[in-house]
Amino acid sequence: MSMEASMSSSTEQSEAVTADSSQPNMVGIAKRQRFQDIVFHRLTQTFSLLVLLALTGIIASLFINAWPAFQKFGLHFIWRVEWDVVNEEFGAAISIAGTLASAGIAMLIAVPLAFGIAVFLTETCPTWLRRPLGTAIELLAAVPSIIYGMFGLFVFAPLFADYLQVPLQKILGGMPLVGFLFGGSTNGMGILAAGIVLAFMVLPFIAAVMRDVFDVTPPILRESAYGLGCTTWEVIRNVVLPYTQTGVIGGIMLGLGRALGETMAVTFVIGNANRMPTSLFSPGTSIASTLANEFGEAADFHIATLFALAFLLFVITFVVLAMAKLLINRTEKAKGV
Amino acid sequence: MIIKRTLLKTVAATVFTCIAMGSAMAADITGAGATFPFPIYAKWAEGYKAATGTGMNYQSIGSSGGIKQIRAKTVTFGATDAPVPGADLDKDGMVQFPAIIGGTVPVLNLDGFKPGELRITGPVLAEVFMGTISKWNDAKLAALNPGKNLPDVAITVVHRADGSGTTFNFTDYLSAISKEWADKVGKNAAVKWPAASSVGGKGNEGVAANVNRIKGSVGYVEYAYVKKNGMNFMQLQNADGRYVAPDDKTFAAAAAGADWFSVPGMGVSMVNAKGATAWPISTASFILMYKQPADKAASAEALKFFDWAFKNGAKMADDLDYVALPNSLTDQIRSRVWSQIQK
Repeated sequence: MSMEASMSSSTEQSEAVTADSSQPNMVGIAKRQRFQDIVFHRLTQTFSLLVLLALTGIIASLFINAWPAFQKFGLHFIWRVEWDVVNEEFGAAISIAGTLASAGIAMLIAVPLAFGIAVFLTETCPTWLRRPLGTAIELLAAVPSIIYGMFGLFVFAPLFADYLQVPLQKILGGMPLVGFLFGGSTNGMGILAAGIVLAFMVLPFIAAVMRDVFDVTPPILRESAYGLGCTTWEVIRNVVLPYTQTGVIGGIMLGLGRALGETMAVTFVIGNANRMPTSLFSPGTSIASTLANEFGEAADFHIATLFALAFLLFVITFVVLAMAKLLINRTEKAKGV
Repeated sequence: MIIKRTLLKTVAATVFTCIAMGSAMAADITGAGATFPFPIYAKWAEGYKAATGTGMNYQSIGSSGGIKQIRAKTVTFGATDAPVPGADLDKDGMVQFPAIIGGTVPVLNLDGFKPGELRITGPVLAEVFMGTISKWNDAKLAALNPGKNLPDVAITVVHRADGSGTTFNFTDYLSAISKEWADKVGKNAAVKWPAASSVGGKGNEGVAANVNRIKGSVGYVEYAYVKKNGMNFMQLQNADGRYVAPDDKTFAAAAAGADWFSVPGMGVSMVNAKGATAWPISTASFILMYKQPADKAASAEALKFFDWAFKNGAKMADDLDYVALPNSLTDQIRSRVWSQIQK
């Protein structure tokens, strides 16, 4: 209220000055504008610093809360294969393995599919189909993850057990070298099931980003290549992909980030067993699902170990993103951009 | 300008009214803790609000969370499934009393068996969850079920993935009945499940869904979920050597057999209770309150709520498949426990 009053009074003042002469008035306007610019600059700077502050705050609070666990187990915590709440013996290896394996499987499935979808939508799709298909993908990205989890448990898992696990085990289970991957019980849950559900979850994200970046390829480049007699694949391979490399990697990383941190969908289908998975079918657990499951009833030292897990998830995500950035920088340097 | 001022005044007035109303409604009773009794506490709260106009706000954040909250004095009462030891209660100046009784039930999915048809003893049940009995046609199971055709099917153990009072109750029982379980696994809201086949489901509903889906599976859920999902359950041998089926009568029988004031803080474990018809995995859920509460009025309100619930809540408990405490016990709680709380 008072601010508004003072502002309006300052306006009156400047108007009064206008009546006097034009020279000081220009200076006044310039001064006021510079002042506004400074305020605007500081304000936006504060906003962005807030993000940095939140980030360091999260890291610091995670680390402080996790300290008792690191103090007791040291760095061994990362590769210890043990999770026994009663005897307070903890290690992160089981959760880390489950997180990386399920996210890895998800990316193996989702990236090629998303690439295919994006290519179809931008290159070969009839115009009338483009919008409904594109909207469908965007809608899929908006589905909450618990829906994927429940779909995974109640619909996907039974079908997966009967029509994929059992035949796979029959055909590949006896083979040397890869046979062990398909051993274990076929109850529809486990690392592979979690990976597939995750793939469906991150697919729309990656596909939507890829489509958007493919769309920004200048038509003149694309049409020139077609004019030279390139096939669709050659255009994609030699024109579109090199042009959009950064965006494509960014989209994949966005999906990977989501897959690493996904909680509900994974919890429903991964099997939640604190054992080192020995095959694609064996149940395991991921960092995020362990946190979601055990935080509610955890006490004292158990909480510290959960914070240590959360801290490790943070580190893993950070390393993945840093590597992506590095990859982008190197490819850009190689191109001489 | 004038319009803006009027607007501002209106906004200020509205905000002020809201704050005033908020403080008037803040007399609600607050509690936090155990998830196992949450449905019945919520139902009681609803009934109490309708009867008296006073609300009760219960946050089911888990037993250890409930203990933490009452120690931090952010709530008027805490709730826990695993009783707090008497020494800790004395240290904190708190009293503890049971508020509701329920039961945990081993369930299974086995073709050819009707609900309650399979009989099992505690030690054999422990071996099944241990993973040392891994097939349904194991000799030990066959010996307990003569004349029944037990199939050559692998057993999949389904347990709770999330920490829960149900798991505490179940592992408390297995620890009481099997020395091997007590030594190797122990009891807690979450344990390291030893069976090689074990998978975790989220919540009672997750365990129920997995057991109903996976052929040859065995798990444990709260009794309400057995009824709601029409699940196949086991008859379990109790401390008197009789086979009993889970229902409110056998839970009540277990409560009747317990000597509540034999342990400081009434922290009696009801598992493997004596009594011919007692269900061996029955459990009580406990309430924690301060003897000298910081807010005496709030504490008195909370006692009024439990007094009302003990008098009028049995029917609601029955509807939700819990068992209300017998009147003889609630009278003793009033005279021997609540009397310690300063009003």
